[in-house]
Amino acid sequence: MSQRKRLNRQTWQFTRDIRILSSAVAVGPREGKGPLAKDFDKIYPDLYCGQPTWEKAERQLLEDAVKQALKKGNRLADEVDVILAGDLLNQTITSNFAMGQLQIPFLGMFGACSTSMETLSVAAALVDSQYAHYTMAACSSHNATAERQFRYPTEYGAQKPDSAQWTVTGAGAALVGTGTGMKGPRITHATIGKVIDMGIKNPFELGPAMAPAAADTLSTHFLDTGRKPEDYDLIVTGDLAKVGYQILIDLMKDLDYDIAPVYNDCGIMIYGEDQNVFSGGSGCASSAVVTYSHIVKGILSGKWKRVLVCATGALFSPVSYQQGESIPCIAHAVALENAEGKERS
Amino acid sequence: MDYVIAFIVGGLICTIGQLLMDMTSMTPAHVMSTLVVSGVVLDSIGLYDPLIEFAGAGATVPITSFGHALYHGAISEVQQHGIIGVITGIFEVTSAGISAAIVFGFLAALFFKPKG
Amino acid sequence: MGNGSTRQQLQMKAAQKKYQELSKKYVPAPRYTLNAFKAFMVGGLICTFGQFLQWMYAQYFGFTEKTASNPTVATLIFISILLTGLGVYDKIGQWAGAGTAVPVTGFANSISSAAIEHRSEGFVLGVGGNMFKLAGSVIVFGVVAAFLAALIKTIIQMIIGGGT
Repeated sequence: MSQRKRLNRQTWQFTRDIRILSSAVAVGPREGKGPLAKDFDKIYPDLYCGQPTWEKAERQLLEDAVKQALKKGNRLADEVDVILAGDLLNQTITSNFAMGQLQIPFLGMFGACSTSMETLSVAAALVDSQYAHYTMAACSSHNATAERQFRYPTEYGAQKPDSAQWTVTGAGAALVGTGTGMKGPRITHATIGKVIDMGIKNPFELGPAMAPAAADTLSTHFLDTGRKPEDYDLIVTGDLAKVGYQILIDLMKDLDYDIAPVYNDCGIMIYGEDQNVFSGGSGCASSAVVTYSHIVKGILSGKWKRVLVCATGALFSPVSYQQGESIPCIAHAVALENAEGKERS
Repeated sequence: MDYVIAFIVGGLICTIGQLLMDMTSMTPAHVMSTLVVSGVVLDSIGLYDPLIEFAGAGATVPITSFGHALYHGAISEVQQHGIIGVITGIFEVTSAGISAAIVFGFLAALFFKPKG
Repeated sequence: MGNGSTRQQLQMKAAQKKYQELSKKYVPAPRYTLNAFKAFMVGGLICTFGQFLQWMYAQYFGFTEKTASNPTVATLIFISILLTGLGVYDKIGQWAGAGTAVPVTGFANSISSAAIEHRSEGFVLGVGGNMFKLAGSVIVFGVVAAFLAALIKTIIQMIIGGGT
């Protein structure tokens, strides 16, 4: 790999050996009944996660993920220089309160459902630029807190259309550092997305709203790195779900990229066909939970040598929606690869 | 039979609501507001009372009847006390629905937690 | 510079419109007939049950045909709120759509679901302050419409009748 850290405007190349040293994931009951259940570190049997409110439950998930990631990586919270974290709630209260418990220097970030890769990018960059020895990237979402804030009270009987999505209840955390003595997927590149708004206004059509942002970031990534879709064994988006999945394949085809052979979407992967989740999962946890368990394990086991994770976010609020505004979206992509047996460059 | 007519009329009103929700970008709240206003309008042109005679609960159970009750309250107060009734009479007739909803809703918040 | 950015904006608007048209093809259309049928059946059933309640209240509890609708509506509201509290109503509503939303059951559910959900913010600000967040528009528009309709009707009658 060349020693350039900046590829064009939007892609960061991590020239030091930056690894996901460990990662962990905590989820709710529906995710725990899905096809990836065996990869998850902790599954709660109900949405309250032993807490009195939904909001506290989401914090519990986030704290569990961070603590478990530390444990798996054999580090103490005190050894982490900074944690990047975010969630869907106003003022990212989940992260704020969880970090109050964990007492790690904290930079809160909001990228809606793109937060996982947004935080992972910066976590890697801080280690690569030697501002930190160990960083963490974490994010969470919870079906009930998201419904409560963005849509309706959870017991409301309104009928949702088939294009709606199901916010994933879960949290994922990754410990990032240089690869001394520990195995872990290597973080090689991060492509930072721009806000893309194609004027979609319907919050039950987030797949169509976010697909153009994913297309923009993915094509930028390919241009900046000189790579093609076939250079990856797997390309995933965070939560385009069934409707957005199809749109993205066609949008990329129009740009002369055929991603279909290697493309999947975390929102589709996390739930089984028999689970009533409309068009698929959404939320910060959609990409985080699948990436920090299933994909990391797949890279370590050699199933996939090189993976591109593109987390997609819908950057709207209940107020902006009620005021008739469209939904601006963004996507951030991080390239991970299996670096065992490779020389450190 | 009364029951069959109630079934059909009530079902039809609901079907109209469903079509509005599916074919336009109206949210449930928009559709309900439209139906309530329709109840007012139909009553003001003298069509809702005959509908109730004909369909019984098929016309009193849908939310349109709430509009009918509000209008009725205003008009009967006007007949008794003059034009000021359009303000003073609106809630006269409709107490059952609103009171029940508020009281039971409050009690529900006391006894139940949301389940997601 | 002004021209350049306006042209960019126009191009952007055109691209947006094109994409919106395109994306409509991917979004699955609602199952119009099936949904209408389900709404018809469930709505019809609820009204039939209401008809039974009206008969029961008139027959056994001394209500007249006119006034029996009051306890009927209250009973339906009670049942809806109970089902909402038990966490069952939302699942029925997802299936039945307007079949449960249009009858007074939907009104009751909108009030109670909001009340239950916001209890975590306390009874005054949470329950009290949020109870009408979904049902408020129904009440507001009903009242405003009734006011306007009654006003217009009364004025018309005053004009036609030449005074009471």
